[in-house]
Amino acid sequence: MEPFTKLTAIAAPIDEANVDTNQLCPTRFNKVPRGPEHARILFHDRRFNADGSEKEHILNVEPFKRAQIIITDRNWGCGSSRESAVYALYEFGIRCVIAPSFGDIHANNCAKNGLLPLVLGETECVAMRRQLRERPGASVTVDLAAQTVIDADGKVHRFDIHPVRRKCLLEGLDDIARTRQYVERIENFENAYRRERPWLYGNIGH
Amino acid sequence: MTMFEKIWNRHVIVEDEGELLLHVDRALIHEGSSHAFAKLEAQGRAVARPQQVFAFNDHYVPTTGREKGVEGITIPEIRNMVLKLQANTAKHGITLFGIDDPRQGILHIVPPEQGITQPGLMIAGADSHTSTHGAFGCIAFGIGASDMMHVMATQTIWQRPQKTMRVTVDGRLGFGVAPKDVILAIIARIGAGGGTGHVIEYAGTAFRSMSMEGRMTVCNMSIEGGARAGMVAPDDATFAYMEGRPYAPRGAQWSEALALWKALPSDADAVFDCEVALDGADIAPMVTWGTSPEHAAPVTGTVPDPRNIADANKSVEIASALDYMALAPGMALSDIKVDRVFIGSCTNSRIEDLRAAADVARLGRAQVTAWVVPGSQLVKRQAENEGLDQVFRAAGFEWREPGCSLCTAINGDQLQPGERCASTSNRNFRGRQGTGSRTHLVSPAMAAAAALTGHLTDVRDLLGKA
Ligand code: SF4
Repeated sequence: MEPFTKLTAIAAPIDEANVDTNQLCPTRFNKVPRGPEHARILFHDRRFNADGSEKEHILNVEPFKRAQIIITDRNWGCGSSRESAVYALYEFGIRCVIAPSFGDIHANNCAKNGLLPLVLGETECVAMRRQLRERPGASVTVDLAAQTVIDADGKVHRFDIHPVRRKCLLEGLDDIARTRQYVERIENFENAYRRERPWLYGNIGH
Repeated sequence: MTMFEKIWNRHVIVEDEGELLLHVDRALIHEGSSHAFAKLEAQGRAVARPQQVFAFNDHYVPTTGREKGVEGITIPEIRNMVLKLQANTAKHGITLFGIDDPRQGILHIVPPEQGITQPGLMIAGADSHTSTHGAFGCIAFGIGASDMMHVMATQTIWQRPQKTMRVTVDGRLGFGVAPKDVILAIIARIGAGGGTGHVIEYAGTAFRSMSMEGRMTVCNMSIEGGARAGMVAPDDATFAYMEGRPYAPRGAQWSEALALWKALPSDADAVFDCEVALDGADIAPMVTWGTSPEHAAPVTGTVPDPRNIADANKSVEIASALDYMALAPGMALSDIKVDRVFIGSCTNSRIEDLRAAADVARLGRAQVTAWVVPGSQLVKRQAENEGLDQVFRAAGFEWREPGCSLCTAINGDQLQPGERCASTSNRNFRGRQGTGSRTHLVSPAMAAAAALTGHLTDVRDLLGKA
């Protein structure tokens, strides 16, 4: 996984609550193996007509075509657990989404793929989106080590993040490496647990 | 302690900087888990505990022409998804409930039927509606492909502590009010993000007197309220449902299991981070009018008027939802005409759902195309034994083969742009049932009522006349 450390980039404001993962990646694209075509899949049915021509959408226009940060409203990424929604964001170039709240599964999927789900207060998100609409193409800086966001006006916002999520993103670590340290503990656990509930592993009598 | 804490604590292997490594009893996967297998492959890893992983052909299977099995799937990319799951599960020694299996069905319908779902377990599924299984008093939640790869490689998962929310519904549900209406009313109350970061325990007399099927409907849609998991304490209804199921314990082990299960319910002095209460008697048959499950209201109500919403953000959101749904502010919900009706999905495709829908279907004839898609082959056979398929056919409904079908519209079943559907599924997101589709979420009886009249209809009016 690519580490996330510090990023200064164009941010796109998306003024919509409850953006679900079906919007980020319409279901019929779930079967597409991860690859560069995911860039076009992002918000596909909101961005493209059936004949492939572009609809009006913020991510279809300059400078937001080059955005690496999205600032949005509450409950971003609710709905389906599909990780292809993250592949779509990532391949488009998005590395950080800032919102007042996230769908839990999606936030987790983002973090496991090197994309930072960043929570700031509702009023902060509203103000930052307003700045970006007033000055399209303005940059925002996200510093994960310092846990700060510097908005388009230069104002600094602190954010909270779980220390493990922060560490994994900063170092580009995946979970398996962590888990492997505990192989012995896992085996001991399983042995005791299996003795307690042997019926969970027996042959089935259908 | 809460039931959640009891089960959670029993599964902790180790704590590391505030995250917990948990044992996973069962992992549930489907064709869409191809991404997790690709990651496994890329890292050259094996499946650690194939006996604890169960796979299902559901999302991509067609709902007609099944006699020909995989060969009957005409669209090559869809057939390929079914074949890929067959190949991956065979390679790793995972049990597959495949397209030809007499037990085939949706991954949230089959494990309870087979006794794979049991109280006290930790279940991780490659699908957000894994919350369904919590109806048995277990912790069950959906995960993405990276986490599923980790579960398959290690049979464990890293999690952070969750907060607990108790939703209590006391009081008798009114005539014509279904479990689906209860969960839609709860989501309308707490909002689509209201349960974020929480696990919900559903408590109160409404759930105690609910069947296992009904409890599954409620827990299924916990995710639509933002919670990753929902649970109901196991009781005699749970044990009666489980006894004799193929994977359930037998003989002396049944008694041992019962003793463990009976200790699971939350203690009387358990403290929850958040409490919500509704009166069951106040809940009416519900419908959704917008593009989020929180856009739900009693069928007797009207479409909201964004001009009357004080919060500017909320007002814009509602206006945009109404624009997508092509609805006029202030119109009666029961005036909304539908083009299609779908009775199915892991929310509402169990035997009880089909019985409730059939009881309404008996009263007339479908005015629009109406599909009934049972959740599993077992449900389908049971319904046929009860003659429900004949009831539906006589009323002009189509009786189809089990699968996810129009709930997520990736098996070839889909609505046309602009088409409007009364659906017993769980998501009314834009385009969920096909590009440009419009979905109104309802209970099975309400869906059947809409089929008979061609518009959203208060099922109590139809049943009252019967
Ligand atoms: S029926 Fe719908 S919600 Fe349920 S598992 Fe299938 S696609 Fe997902």
